[in-house]
Amino acid sequence: MENKAIVCKDLTKQFGDFKAVDKISFEVSEGEIFGFLGANGAGKTTAMRILCGLSYPTSGEAKVAGFDVYKEQEKIKKNIGYMSQKFSLYDNLTILENIEFYGGVYGVSRPEIKERSAELVKTLGLEKEAKKLVGGLPLGWKQKLAFSVAVFHRPKIVFLDEPTGGVDPITRRQFWDMIYEASANGITVFVTTHYMDEAEYCNRISIMVDGRVEAIDSPTALKERFNVASMDEVFYELARNAKRTSD
Amino acid sequence: MKVLRFILQKEFRQIFRDKTILAMMFAMPIIQLIILPLAANFEVKNVNVVYVDHDHSSYSQKLINKIGSSGYFQIVATPSSYLKGLEFIEKGEADLILEIPSGFERNLVREGSQKVNIAADAINGTKSNIGYAYLNVVLADFNRDLDIQFKLPKQAPTLSSSLITISSTNWYNPRAEYKYYMVPGILVLLLTLIGGFITALNIVREKEIGTIEQINVTPIQKWQFILGKLIPFWIVGMIVFTVGLTVMYLVYGIFPKGSLAVLYLFAAIYLIALLGMGLLISTFADTQLQAMFIAFFFMMIFMLMSGFFTSTDSMPDWARAISEFTPVTHFIKVVRLIVLKGSGMKEVGKELLYLIIFAIVLNALAIYNYRKTS
Repeated sequence: MENKAIVCKDLTKQFGDFKAVDKISFEVSEGEIFGFLGANGAGKTTAMRILCGLSYPTSGEAKVAGFDVYKEQEKIKKNIGYMSQKFSLYDNLTILENIEFYGGVYGVSRPEIKERSAELVKTLGLEKEAKKLVGGLPLGWKQKLAFSVAVFHRPKIVFLDEPTGGVDPITRRQFWDMIYEASANGITVFVTTHYMDEAEYCNRISIMVDGRVEAIDSPTALKERFNVASMDEVFYELARNAKRTSD
Repeated sequence: MKVLRFILQKEFRQIFRDKTILAMMFAMPIIQLIILPLAANFEVKNVNVVYVDHDHSSYSQKLINKIGSSGYFQIVATPSSYLKGLEFIEKGEADLILEIPSGFERNLVREGSQKVNIAADAINGTKSNIGYAYLNVVLADFNRDLDIQFKLPKQAPTLSSSLITISSTNWYNPRAEYKYYMVPGILVLLLTLIGGFITALNIVREKEIGTIEQINVTPIQKWQFILGKLIPFWIVGMIVFTVGLTVMYLVYGIFPKGSLAVLYLFAAIYLIALLGMGLLISTFADTQLQAMFIAFFFMMIFMLMSGFFTSTDSMPDWARAISEFTPVTHFIKVVRLIVLKGSGMKEVGKELLYLIIFAIVLNALAIYNYRKTS
């Protein structure tokens, strides 16, 4: 049997009367690139925060890397990487210092940090900037760096919350090359995005509408099911019935 | 421990990279210690007096000279009527009116007594109250002079009663100089600001820019994060305290009479308590603005209730009870005792216990309230 990186069953998060996440169920296999789609306000970020151990679910079950989201959040945290919507490296630290800090808190040893960060800076083509403050980098570079930091400690799963927002098309392509590379190294990728061309890059995608998962399959299968030519149209078919207004 | 080292390394890098905060942390103690004690002085000098003289006699002239030469009063005007005198008070040019009725000299000489009228502007309460008291002393003195002139030949026995006067000595601050009272207080104020404000703002800033979420998604443990924030600011606080003590010695020549070690022990524990409070505030506030306001609210109460400005002994009972519940009160007391009086552990041991309790309670609340998962 194939190992599951993420298993969700009837996962719900309620804020008062408002069901931000409403009984979602899905599974993500190890090594898969899983696209988590949905309109603004559909509940993607809330669901992702639960899976990352940042927020308690109200009901339902979920296991991430084999650990329970109610009781074993700290174990989950050891096994995942996370890149949030907000850029979350320290602007007033240099590239190397940021890598050193995040590598260090995940328990990577100092010699290994040194070796791996030198390698990383080289592949990113940032050798000249390595000792400059991150705050001064262009957004595209920042995002690529943030992703590299999120997978620096070689987690089992990496969660990416709209990683390519506001980034130019070329950088987006490079970004997806990096995602494929991480996936090839055995890292499961869980990614949210608003770009439907990016959805095509995923092995499988789910589309959330009003807190529920309305469809889940490979992009090709979804296009066939709705009998349309592009993911844009699939998304439109599903999301146009949404009751929640986008923020 | 390894993880903690990475966190500390990062915090120190950030602190030393922020030149503004760094400058503030070191310029603040020096500037505050030099400026505040000079400006904030409760000793009242230059009370402005309006002297309304209806008598124009040699005695009323003597009285005015006596008041003018006392060193505390400035005769700003000698208008012809009380109403004209009031105008000076209304314009804020005078604090007190002294009105001498007509027939002052005649009544004094013939009947041996005469009333004068003193009116004080109570808006600046402290100044006019103290001015009023000073003026009374001057009048009493004037009375004694008169007694000697008129009564001595006839009624010598009554004189003995007025010969008993109170002479006071200000122990531990012999010249009642305000700086001795202020300077140790300002040292406390500095530690309070660093402990209460800077930590709170630092952590809430991480919330604002979103890095706290990144931290919360790592396996960093609660205690590691909290120690990672407390230790650097504790060290900064101790450095600022040392700078403050040095300025106190170099500028004012005040060297703690008591043990430096005891003083540092208190500063160390006090800082831990205040850092815990800053941390606690940061768990409630989501923005730096909120943190500022919460911290400011507590700081105001702490400072005003602590006996920094006014003696806690003159507070009503309920206020004194509140005052006991602020760590600042205990620390100010101890710093003054150690610096000025040279008290040792025996005298201030109880305060140490209070501060330790504050440190434990505030930090425990902060740790309890800090959540990695919401």
